Amino acid sequence: MATELAALSWNLVGDFEQLTAYPFMVQALEAGAIVAAMAGAIGWFMVLRRQVFAGHTLSVIAFPGAAGATLAGLPIALGYFGACGLGALALSLVSRAGEGQLSSESAAIGTVQAFGLGLGFLFVSLYGGQLSGLQSLLFGTFLGITAGQVQTLLWIAVAALAILIVLGRPLLFASVDGAVARAAGVPTRWLALAFLLLLGMAVAATAEITGALLVFALLVTPAATAQRLTARPGRGLALSVLIALAVTWLGLAIAYFSPYPVGFWVTSLSFGLYVAVRALAGGGGKA
Amino acid sequence: MSDGEAVALAGATASRGGAPVWSGVDLTIGQGEFAAVLGPNGAGKSTFLDVVLGLLPLSAGSATVLGAAPGARRAQIGYLPQRRSFDAGTRVRGRDLVRLGLDGGRWGLPLPAALSPASRAAAGRVEEMIELVGAGAYASRPIGALSGGEQQRLLIAQALVRRPRLLLLDEPLDSLDLSNQGAVAALVQRICESEGVTVLLVAHDVNPILGYLDRVVYFAAGQGVEGTPREVISGPTLSRLYGAPIEVLEASDGRLVVVGTPEPPAHHHSRHDHGH
Repeated sequence: MATELAALSWNLVGDFEQLTAYPFMVQALEAGAIVAAMAGAIGWFMVLRRQVFAGHTLSVIAFPGAAGATLAGLPIALGYFGACGLGALALSLVSRAGEGQLSSESAAIGTVQAFGLGLGFLFVSLYGGQLSGLQSLLFGTFLGITAGQVQTLLWIAVAALAILIVLGRPLLFASVDGAVARAAGVPTRWLALAFLLLLGMAVAATAEITGALLVFALLVTPAATAQRLTARPGRGLALSVLIALAVTWLGLAIAYFSPYPVGFWVTSLSFGLYVAVRALAGGGGKA
Repeated sequence: MSDGEAVALAGATASRGGAPVWSGVDLTIGQGEFAAVLGPNGAGKSTFLDVVLGLLPLSAGSATVLGAAPGARRAQIGYLPQRRSFDAGTRVRGRDLVRLGLDGGRWGLPLPAALSPASRAAAGRVEEMIELVGAGAYASRPIGALSGGEQQRLLIAQALVRRPRLLLLDEPLDSLDLSNQGAVAALVQRICESEGVTVLLVAHDVNPILGYLDRVVYFAAGQGVEGTPREVISGPTLSRLYGAPIEVLEASDGRLVVVGTPEPPAHHHSRHDHGH
């Protein structure tokens, strides 16, 4: 981190100019915004559909994917997106009735998760066992984002969010009230598959920035916080994206002026907000 | 189309897995009538709903639903499946659930009501249904936080929101306490009259709804009979149906007690009663 240059002052304009003085920092802020929008929106549906376990599985699969791509000399993004895409297809095959609900299969999937992590560790060791490589795969490379990566992430996010807009309403119906949605002619099985693929894209994009282990800071916590605050779908989605964006940018900004890593700040901010909202809104929450 | 009939079966046989569930059933439910579908577990009540929905073709006889073959008028049927209460953590408002019943199957997002007359009309229709079922006070609370009776009212509003001509309710009273069973039955009767919709309601116990019914369809022992409540729930009719002597006693408050059915009414509780 550029700690020797950065000194926080009360001059906010000056602070902002310091923050954006370097291209790596601008790219980190851009990538953070793109990923936050994607993770906030898709995460909201994931929490509503109770597919947090599926999201976790995908994030664990992302790690060996990225490590394997690094070992094979392929672009790391290909590893993330390839592994998460295939993982999403596999999950939809094993999940009960293709609806993406994981219950009795959870033990089997847990064993696959452990194997996936072991495999990722092997790939990193084979690559040379550099600890920094392992650390960035697991805990993120916020400040190592290139302009090219930002561009790719932007296109993927635009595509994923466009698909989500088209599918959004029937997906909400199928998520909340599957039996009636099916009776009304909503193709719930196809929607479940499409959503798992979207979730795979969101996990892969987020993992590229936050690392495989910190994906949930953006994918679960903002969505869970938003659902505590409002039961209105439109507002909940918007709030989830806003919270994800706020914790990402604030985390980057605080980390820039502090000796501690970005991943720590982003997760702490989103966790702190969730705890505060839970404490204030109480068990039931309001509409 | 003979416009007096909503549902008519003639010499109908429904089979599952090659074995008939019931056979030789003749019945007619008139437009705008409130009919209960009664009978012991496994006698074919839900099978009857599947036939009406067009999900299960008859193996013999004929069926007419809203003047056409079953399934042809599917869009004019509101269906509330047997269920299902929402998980306490479901963070979606009752109002949104009703709205999903109206246009939840459409792709894309709805325009804000301020921009689109169609969205305004949809929102108005949702409010109208919420008022109709008397759910205005809690329609903005998360569905998971509501009681079983409140959820059931909103689900009825959801089933009604597309202006169906026929409403199928599969055991909507099952999870409710007695006073709520009566209240929901009164609500269904009121809707039946004000909206002119025909209602088929599957129930375990006829007593909470007895005063509101126009007709009863009773399935038992592989057969089915239809008539007014007093005709069907009577000693001679049920004795003929079950092929065993059955008495129907009337309590001083008008409740009917069926004595001598091969399957006692409390059958589905017996598992819990015989605990260690």
